[in-house]
Amino acid sequence: MDSFIQQLINGITLGGIYALIALGYTMVYGVIQLINFAHGEFFAAGGYVGVIFLSFFAGLGYMETHPVLCLTASFILAMMYCAYLAIGVEKIAYKPLRKEARLAVLLSALGVSIFLSNGLMLTQGVYVKAYPSELFQGGLNFGMITISYLQILIVSLTAALLVALNLLVFKTKIGMAMRATAQDKTMSALVAIGSNNIISLTFGIGAALAAVAGIMMGLYYGSVNYDMGFVPGIKAFSAAVLGGIGNITGAMLGGLIIGMVEIFGAGYISGEYKDVFAFIILIGVLYFKPTGIMGENIDDTRV
Amino acid sequence: MIQEFKKIWKQYAITMLWLLGLLWPLLGIHPDGTLSFQQTVTVWSYILAGTFVCFIIYIINKSGNFKFFTEPVVNTSQKLSDMVQDMPSWIWKSALLICAVIYPLATGRYATDVAINVLLYVSLGLGLYVVVGLAGMLDLGHIAFYGVGAYTYAILNVKYGMGFWVCFPLAGLSACIAGCIVGYPTLKMRGDYLAIVTLGFGEIVRIILNNWMSLTNGPNGILGVKTIGILRPVMENGFTFEMFWVKKLEIFYYFALGLAILTIIAVTRLNFSRIGRAWESIREDETAAELMGVNTFYYKLLAYAMGAIFAGFAGALFAARMKFVSPESFTFLESVMLLCMVVLGGMGSIPGIILGVIALIALPEVFRGLESYRMLVFGSTMVIMMLFRPSGLISAKRTKQMTTKSEVKE
Repeated sequence: MDSFIQQLINGITLGGIYALIALGYTMVYGVIQLINFAHGEFFAAGGYVGVIFLSFFAGLGYMETHPVLCLTASFILAMMYCAYLAIGVEKIAYKPLRKEARLAVLLSALGVSIFLSNGLMLTQGVYVKAYPSELFQGGLNFGMITISYLQILIVSLTAALLVALNLLVFKTKIGMAMRATAQDKTMSALVAIGSNNIISLTFGIGAALAAVAGIMMGLYYGSVNYDMGFVPGIKAFSAAVLGGIGNITGAMLGGLIIGMVEIFGAGYISGEYKDVFAFIILIGVLYFKPTGIMGENIDDTRV
Repeated sequence: MIQEFKKIWKQYAITMLWLLGLLWPLLGIHPDGTLSFQQTVTVWSYILAGTFVCFIIYIINKSGNFKFFTEPVVNTSQKLSDMVQDMPSWIWKSALLICAVIYPLATGRYATDVAINVLLYVSLGLGLYVVVGLAGMLDLGHIAFYGVGAYTYAILNVKYGMGFWVCFPLAGLSACIAGCIVGYPTLKMRGDYLAIVTLGFGEIVRIILNNWMSLTNGPNGILGVKTIGILRPVMENGFTFEMFWVKKLEIFYYFALGLAILTIIAVTRLNFSRIGRAWESIREDETAAELMGVNTFYYKLLAYAMGAIFAGFAGALFAARMKFVSPESFTFLESVMLLCMVVLGGMGSIPGIILGVIALIALPEVFRGLESYRMLVFGSTMVIMMLFRPSGLISAKRTKQMTTKSEVKE
């Protein structure tokens, strides 16, 4: 029982990270119906920029005096960096192709993904880059169960970001414009919504969330790697599909489920095949219920 | 000229500044708490110089200042292609064939090695062309079938001692079964979802190959796969047969050439048969095809099976040549490369695919020195290609909808 609860906590932590990545996929897909293959690379770039800034602050010596401030600053700078990266990528590689066939955009996205991961490799090296490990040590002990402070940070930060995103999308004018653009671009243009700006904004927000996920992943596993974006990216996409693509609440739920399945699958079935479970869920969902758990009806062109 | 392209210049300047902003945090912030600008600016200025030259060429070309040069070239190539079309097709076909046959005799070992790779990828690419180009189903996991074929031969040969000629059809068969397993649940899906599911299947196959230690020996791969053996008639003391192991690269080249030619003929025949037309009708509009009496379920599954069989054959030959298989050869990146060969060369035309394979396999060999930048260039080429020429280098005659018009209903 104890190990079950421990696994559950680990699953929620991992699921939160996947949910943050999945949000980027689902928001972009909701607005322009594109699987943004480069999203996993935004996540990896976030992890790298996070460790660059953290070690920079540590080198200046601020890490010992103001650890919270440094961590916050690293998060915010990485978010800004990834948003900047994503908006640029959208303008260069996706925007001119918006009227082209789906295949062209998809290949362009794949090209961007390869380009970015190799760019990271060339600038940062092929070896893993370690996160400063002395940041979060210890945790709360309840008998056999341990909740580390890092897990508490990850889960609470994820929850805060999800609430903030929900408020942004459902309660503000910008969110309303985003939802309008997702429904009908021509119509929303007629009521004076600049759809190009909204699409850029969507990419930016999605990448910023992915950057947070990247730093969390780096802190959680202790290091980042230039090709770390691919597998979590696919898993997060599975999460987005599982929740119903285009649906923000669905993506959060899907992320949690995928994270749990991975942890429980690794714990109780087989650790070597843990990556397979997410794919099997993806295939199963698409086969039996292509709209996902919370998805709306999808017309012919989407599935 | 400057005035004319003011807008493009502005965009270019913004892009380069954006790139500088992206590069600096990665290169200029050091863990010891110092900031530096020199390395960033150096790298950036190299990129700036490189893109600037390309950009100038692009602008001069666009403003028509290259006409004195391009016009004769275009004219002669037009004339040449007209001439080729006027000639009976067997002339240039046999000329090409003769070139292909004498190729290994005229070149060295290394060039033959590259050529074998090209030929194997031609059969693979044509298999994928059946799935993507003809039936219009985006497949990002095609390399898995190649892997299944290679592993079938390797396992049957090493564990059970079966020869190449027994295993060759079996490799095709097992890849075909794998294709049907992938194809069956994905038949309901279209477009992007299909891409991601096939990607998932490809990864599942790779993970299984990596972890099923007792069968596949995991990441270490299988060593000691035998090459092709042929029975050769011997005339000494009576008429007997003798087992002859193909060890020379040149002879292997001819096997690969044979497979590639077989695939080209098979795919051409399929393309212009009733089945090919059924596939194309499915690609253009599935609902309409079903309405006209095309059994979409059967034909889509058939497309997967056909594509997988060619990949399986190529896989068996690959295992026989390398004498070694490991999951490393069947990654997602290989699938993307393969898809690029099919799309860059020209979706839906067989010469285009061959051109794409040569461009992606042989050209990187020429630029061996720039090894680490290879994938970077590859990624950016993909984007640039899609931006400027989404229909590929040689575009197909019958393909219209797939690459020119938007499928998205807005």
